Amino acid sequence: MAASFLFSQFMGGLTTAMFLFLIASGLSLVFGIMRVINFAHGSFYMLGAYLAWQVVQWLHPEGLGFWIAALGAALGVALLGAVVERLFFRTLYGREELYQLLFTYALVLILGDAAKFLWGVGQLSVSGPPALSGSVQLFGTTQPLYNLFIIVIGPAIAFAGWLVLNRTGVGRMVRAASMDREMLDALGSNVGTIYTGMFVVSSFLAGLSGALVTPIQSIVPGMDVLIIVQAFIVVVIGGMGSVWGTFWGSVIYGQVLSFGILIFPGFSLFSVFALMAVILIVRPWGLFGKPLR
Amino acid sequence: MTLRRLPWTLILFLAAVAVPWFGSRYDTFLAEQIAIDALFAVSLNLLLGTTGLVSFGHVAYFGVGAYLCGILMKTYEVPFVLAFPAAGLGSALFALVSGYFCVRLIKLYFAMLTLAFSQIVWAICYKWNDVTGGDQGLPEIPFPNLDWMNSLPGLGDLRTSDQFYILAVAIIAVSLAILHRVVRSPFGRVLTTIRDNPERAAFIGVNVRAYQLAAFVVAGAFAGFAGALYGIFSRGVFADYVFWAKSAEVMIMAILGGMGYFWGPPVGAAALVWLNQIITDYTQYWPFVLGTILLVLLFGFPGGIVGGIDLLWTRLRSRRRA
Repeated sequence: MAASFLFSQFMGGLTTAMFLFLIASGLSLVFGIMRVINFAHGSFYMLGAYLAWQVVQWLHPEGLGFWIAALGAALGVALLGAVVERLFFRTLYGREELYQLLFTYALVLILGDAAKFLWGVGQLSVSGPPALSGSVQLFGTTQPLYNLFIIVIGPAIAFAGWLVLNRTGVGRMVRAASMDREMLDALGSNVGTIYTGMFVVSSFLAGLSGALVTPIQSIVPGMDVLIIVQAFIVVVIGGMGSVWGTFWGSVIYGQVLSFGILIFPGFSLFSVFALMAVILIVRPWGLFGKPLR
Repeated sequence: MTLRRLPWTLILFLAAVAVPWFGSRYDTFLAEQIAIDALFAVSLNLLLGTTGLVSFGHVAYFGVGAYLCGILMKTYEVPFVLAFPAAGLGSALFALVSGYFCVRLIKLYFAMLTLAFSQIVWAICYKWNDVTGGDQGLPEIPFPNLDWMNSLPGLGDLRTSDQFYILAVAIIAVSLAILHRVVRSPFGRVLTTIRDNPERAAFIGVNVRAYQLAAFVVAGAFAGFAGALYGIFSRGVFADYVFWAKSAEVMIMAILGGMGYFWGPPVGAAALVWLNQIITDYTQYWPFVLGTILLVLLFGFPGGIVGGIDLLWTRLRSRRRA
């Protein structure tokens, strides 16, 4: 096998990985703080994609238009996240995790059908930003600029997330809330606001990644369920609630998928599920996570 | 109250058996779907309601049963009498192996690992073309040979599908009776103790993991039986049966009926199947309706239908006494 072929396979895996990281980081954040697997995270991602398309339809923007659409979509989804957390999720914190899981699953069902109702079942697509429409030659392979942009954005967000969580006052509060909610509450901090804030940030990330995926993939119903399974695997591998864990989990997932196709064609899907099961058996809290109390 | 004295389970069984004579072909179809889903939901509830284990991958054992029975009967032409127990045994074995790892984990990780195992089963069923038919599935699974029914009085002039319905209802009735015995047995009481307080159960000398694993295996076996019947009933086994959305659906059945009651999940299965048929006549947005039902349940009626009736009944009685 030629080196350039391996390199292009590697870059393909890396692009997948960084996209997944954008999505999975929000899922991991909500799990780390609230101890809930938010199945609706994939639905937020899908809504981000549809909203980006909608904004482009309304504004017919030129030049910077794609970025406006992406930001608008992310903000729209963040707003929805705030409503969902304040009105519904809040009342479920004291209940068993079964009810929390099923609540997010109810959202998957409702939002999936709402998207079909609003935008139909056909494929939609959004053209990417003109500034990133070209491609560059790297080690004898052609890499689209947009993919390189995604590969840069991933680590940037991981670093920013780590910085905020570990080096700021807000981050300290968030970490405290994930460790002992009652104690923080008793000390006079507004834990409710922290929870809402984290849920909104997570929804924002989901909406943003949904909008950013539109230049590469067409928008179709069912993309919500497809992505949530992948994002779920990523956070399980890396460790729920850990930023770097999610980052490396995405990288491993992307490469296993990308090279797994070469080694066992047709069974790469199986190999990632098997990897997830092995990690859950050996280290249920993931490669980089900490065990739950 | 004389109402309590009536043999309700016998009446229900006789009513279910009578459907092919008094109802249309469509009624039989609905009744069979309800009966199979009822068994599936009751097997899940042995984990969910009785033992307090949130399994998000129960569909894996349903799927293993359906595929095993389907492959044996279609590809290898094994008779139903052998294929059906083999399906349950296969599901139980798979539940033993996967459950061994699952019960080691605390609550949320348990749910995640069960989900992971069910997705592994799905990936295998979806991709292993030579054996499972891949994304095409296994169509045209034959009905079992039911010629012996022709010699029984009254059953001879029924269609084969109706004869299979009678057989399925009989098998499900026996399975439900066994599960009922299991829940009410000392073994079942220990499971409930573990649900309510695992630490305390461990203190009084109960091997918590062993009991949880035993419940997991029993639940897996009966899910496998339900799956085997479902594959023959719907004349084919497809990878969709094993997808995680189906796990959520059967969980909704159990909660809709009421997890705290043995007869809750069957009531939930009946309500959901019936509602599905009515609503899909009017709109294609069934998932939306299902999601809304789920929201109402979670926020309004956590006890489910049977829980609601039970509450109403207790209130009426206490008012009468006063």
